[in-house]
Amino acid sequence: MFLALRDLRFARGRFALMGAVVALIAVLGVLLSGLASGLADAGISGLRALPMTHMAFDRKATSEQFSRSTVEQEDWQAWSEAPGVERAEPFGNTLANAQVTQGAKKGEQVNLAVFGMAADSPMAPVSTKGEGLKESGAGIVITQEIADLGVEVGDVLTADKSMVRLEVVGMVDETVSYGHIGVAYTDLDTWRHLHYGLPGDLPEAARRQATAVALTLEEGADVAAVAKATATRADTKETTFDASPGYTAESSTMALIKGFLYAISALVVGAFFTVWTVQRKAEIALLKALGAPTGYILRDALAQVVAVLVGATAVGTAVGLALGSAMIGKAPFSLSAPAIATSAGLLIGLGTVGAIVAVRRITAVDPLTALGATR
Amino acid sequence: MTTPSTDPRAASDVTDSGGLRLLGITLTLGDGDTAVTALDDVDLTVAPGEFVAVVGPSGSGKSSLLAVAGGLQQPTSGRVHIAGTELTALSDKERTAARRRHIGFVFQQSNLLASLTVREQLLLPLHIDGRLDAAARTRADELIDAVGLSHRSGSRPHQLSGGERQRAGLARALMTSPAVLLVDEPTSALDRVRAAEAVQLIAEQTHEHGTATVMVTHDTAIMDAADRVHEMVDGRLS
Repeated sequence: MFLALRDLRFARGRFALMGAVVALIAVLGVLLSGLASGLADAGISGLRALPMTHMAFDRKATSEQFSRSTVEQEDWQAWSEAPGVERAEPFGNTLANAQVTQGAKKGEQVNLAVFGMAADSPMAPVSTKGEGLKESGAGIVITQEIADLGVEVGDVLTADKSMVRLEVVGMVDETVSYGHIGVAYTDLDTWRHLHYGLPGDLPEAARRQATAVALTLEEGADVAAVAKATATRADTKETTFDASPGYTAESSTMALIKGFLYAISALVVGAFFTVWTVQRKAEIALLKALGAPTGYILRDALAQVVAVLVGATAVGTAVGLALGSAMIGKAPFSLSAPAIATSAGLLIGLGTVGAIVAVRRITAVDPLTALGATR
Repeated sequence: MTTPSTDPRAASDVTDSGGLRLLGITLTLGDGDTAVTALDDVDLTVAPGEFVAVVGPSGSGKSSLLAVAGGLQQPTSGRVHIAGTELTALSDKERTAARRRHIGFVFQQSNLLASLTVREQLLLPLHIDGRLDAAARTRADELIDAVGLSHRSGSRPHQLSGGERQRAGLARALMTSPAVLLVDEPTSALDRVRAAEAVQLIAEQTHEHGTATVMVTHDTAIMDAADRVHEMVDGRLS
């Protein structure tokens, strides 16, 4: 770094401009990571929070399983009796519109991502305020996003269409969402009323249905055999995220934008160091004539590249974190350390790759050119 | 133009005692119809402490002579001995190391690195060789003093005059205590008075440090300081 550091200091204007570009890209990287994490949270944090390893859907439902799939009682019974299955329980999922009919925010329209489950299931929420679910109690446990609308424990909501009366019995003070809508947990019968939009007593057939079977499988469970016998298909928990409305499109859009961002930054860094290396050609020839091995010059140049990238990325990430913290709560935004570290790492890594391509031309410089122009 | 060597130090066993020896050097550039003979069977022996000037017009092969003597270019045929080592028999890597340790170059217009101070220019060759220690720093200060640049030690090239740059380049070339000092058109950027001073300084340093020095130039006015002068015409040394 003997020469690299002195060059950085000497040509600080040029390196500052380059560094600013990298820093701005790092800011954008943090914001995009935050947005991606925030969108993921809004899309699938409800599913992520469920204690399960797999979920079995109706085999005929190959996309948007949560709205298309219906499973029967026999299915979850078959699953629970199969070897290697620790737990299998019915899970209901539906999106419902409701109105506050009793409480401070009377008349407020509320959207609910309804998760139906047995009241004694391990999937049932542990309320931080009020009580938990009761079997056939027509009670719901709301999450933070719904509470943010002003709905409180003790309020009563009435569902549109089915006119089911939903009493808010408890609340979980966490942001748990599904498809950008706050989750409301309820018992299976209440979920069925909401799902089928039927007031009054449920038909017998509906009483034995759910959206999917939530599974907790042991390592090495033979999933295929049960799946075949029951006409269901078991997806891993992570695969079910893709079934959440809009999740795949959102995450692939963010991945595309980030991919382009990193590609652009690698090209910008590569272009800068190409011009820089070409400008230094005479000095590189001189160094070689003085007896510097090519490896010495390459190491020096790469140390400079890494110093610029690490410095600029650190500054940009710090600015990005400051901006990002201010965005939390105003946009689907959450800061996750691994995502930001990955983003910064990719920026440095791909920038270095771009620069390596540029500084490789150091190897081609002929020390002979250091001798006079009279040759 | 040729002054026969009268220097007793130019002994025939110069290859063993250090110094520079070129034996039957021929260098052909290009091939086929475009082939040009840059050096034609050149013999040259320079003893330690001897200052040899090679003069000739542009294109006469002077720079090629330096390139071959300094291990920057392999001759088509012939041998180069430096400080008892046959340079032409070494691998590229070994030749690079030999350049680093045994050969000092003074380039046209000095060729300093823009971002380094005068003192750092001198320290660089030793950093490249992994020998940058307290002794090196002391030597750098001594050499800067010897070429009269003490007051310019912390200046960068753009702050120096042409003569000062040339003196810094000379000091840098001497940093590694080279056996051979190769000087390429040292006066091309200097006026007459400064040119004479620069060449006088090279002569002094050659005698003081015992380097085998070859200076190529087309400026016949600066040859007085040399111990011996050769003329180069069309790749032949006389």
